[in-house]
Amino acid sequence: MTDTRPPVADFATDWDHTDPQWVADPYPIWDDLRERCPVAHTERYGGGWFPATHAGVTAVAKDTENFTSRTVVIGNGRPGEDALPSPIGVAPPITSDPPFHQIARRVILPAFAPGPINALEPQMRALCRRLLDDMAGHEVVNGGSEYAQFIPTAVIRQMLGFPEEDEERFRDFVHIVIGGVNLPEEERIEQFMPIEEYLVHQIEDHQANPRDDLTSYLLNVEVEGQKLALEHVFGTIILVLIAGIDTTWSAIGSSLWHLAQNPDDLARLVAEPDLMPIALEEFLRFYAPVTMARLVKHDMEYLGCPMKEYDWLMLGFPAANRDPVAFKDADKFIIDRMENRHLAFGLGIHRCVGSNLARLELRVALEEFIARYPRFELADPAAVTWAPGMIRGPRNLPLRVLA
Amino acid sequence: MKVVIDALRCQGHGRCFTLAPDIFTYDELGNGQVVGDGGLTEDTISLARLAQANCPEHAIDIEE
Repeated sequence: MTDTRPPVADFATDWDHTDPQWVADPYPIWDDLRERCPVAHTERYGGGWFPATHAGVTAVAKDTENFTSRTVVIGNGRPGEDALPSPIGVAPPITSDPPFHQIARRVILPAFAPGPINALEPQMRALCRRLLDDMAGHEVVNGGSEYAQFIPTAVIRQMLGFPEEDEERFRDFVHIVIGGVNLPEEERIEQFMPIEEYLVHQIEDHQANPRDDLTSYLLNVEVEGQKLALEHVFGTIILVLIAGIDTTWSAIGSSLWHLAQNPDDLARLVAEPDLMPIALEEFLRFYAPVTMARLVKHDMEYLGCPMKEYDWLMLGFPAANRDPVAFKDADKFIIDRMENRHLAFGLGIHRCVGSNLARLELRVALEEFIARYPRFELADPAAVTWAPGMIRGPRNLPLRVLA
Repeated sequence: MKVVIDALRCQGHGRCFTLAPDIFTYDELGNGQVVGDGGLTEDTISLARLAQANCPEHAIDIEE
């Protein structure tokens, strides 16, 4: 889709998050917008706004009166009332607004609380070691397509309790679901059919044979004595697929990309394992992978801009994380930054439900990688490619292992 | 001195109980909870302040 759009002349009046310049290196663009605007506008995608400051992002993230989450990924055009899903949304609770949002969120929070998530650590560590074993002896390993990519895919499949022999098929489905968010509706529906069939089959299998996993949990959990509607269970599984995979994959990849180019930071992490929880937050601040969207609920003047009903509002958490008003030396990666109120997982009622899981995956993935490879560098900096769109991370990441 | 979490502001980011597990814990939803009565000593005050400085929702208050 990027190919068909004209190049951007000025991001202040014509921003496009799929423009090659933005995809390759958005940070200078955001710095410039923060100084000049600080809310950028575009006529693309049917019209939208992009606040580049921490204050602007914070205001919108916490404001469910003036913005709706009924769609959180910017589509090809301006959504109209008819094209919008119900207030429950297709993937509750991320696409839900209050008051339903709170019900849907309470349902899944216990499954993602630290207790059940931390219990996954041994199997996560075993998975990372298996992936590293598979690369053993290679001089160049791919931190993206051979490592980061596989970790959340396998973790989410295990959490949902889908069969291990479906791993490859599941991975293909995930790529379709993630890649499909930019496709025209008809094409997406057609591609989605086998996935829907598969998920329905898994749900039926869990109804017949309940077990200790997230799918059974969703099927059995009760809200005021009532089980969830099946479309709610289905929607939450879709949410886990969309929100739980390329996000974490991107965070792991970006962190490896950083370490490959900053041997001092790598050496420190290897020498000081206790630094990891602090370093993790700086990786998340500096390379926050996730940008979300909202829709403007009604015509209004907001952040000094004349916003119209159903304009897009792109919530740039990664841009907020680089705002010098909110962070000292915001443009510097400081591995032992002690004060770090970053917004990588959002703010307010839509704080990423999977943040405990994502942090654990990122920590285990990095710990295991640097334990196996205490020294590595980019094998070919020009070969590194970044995912376009609203989730940013390296996809192709060839790393040369050093003795 | 005493540390409190404002339950209306807390969104369960989990920074407090990760940084200062002796002072903070979590409930079944993963939201932050103060351990015991939240009383701070000279030994624990700096950790409580660190947690406060890392809470994205500004949900931690330290009462003099």
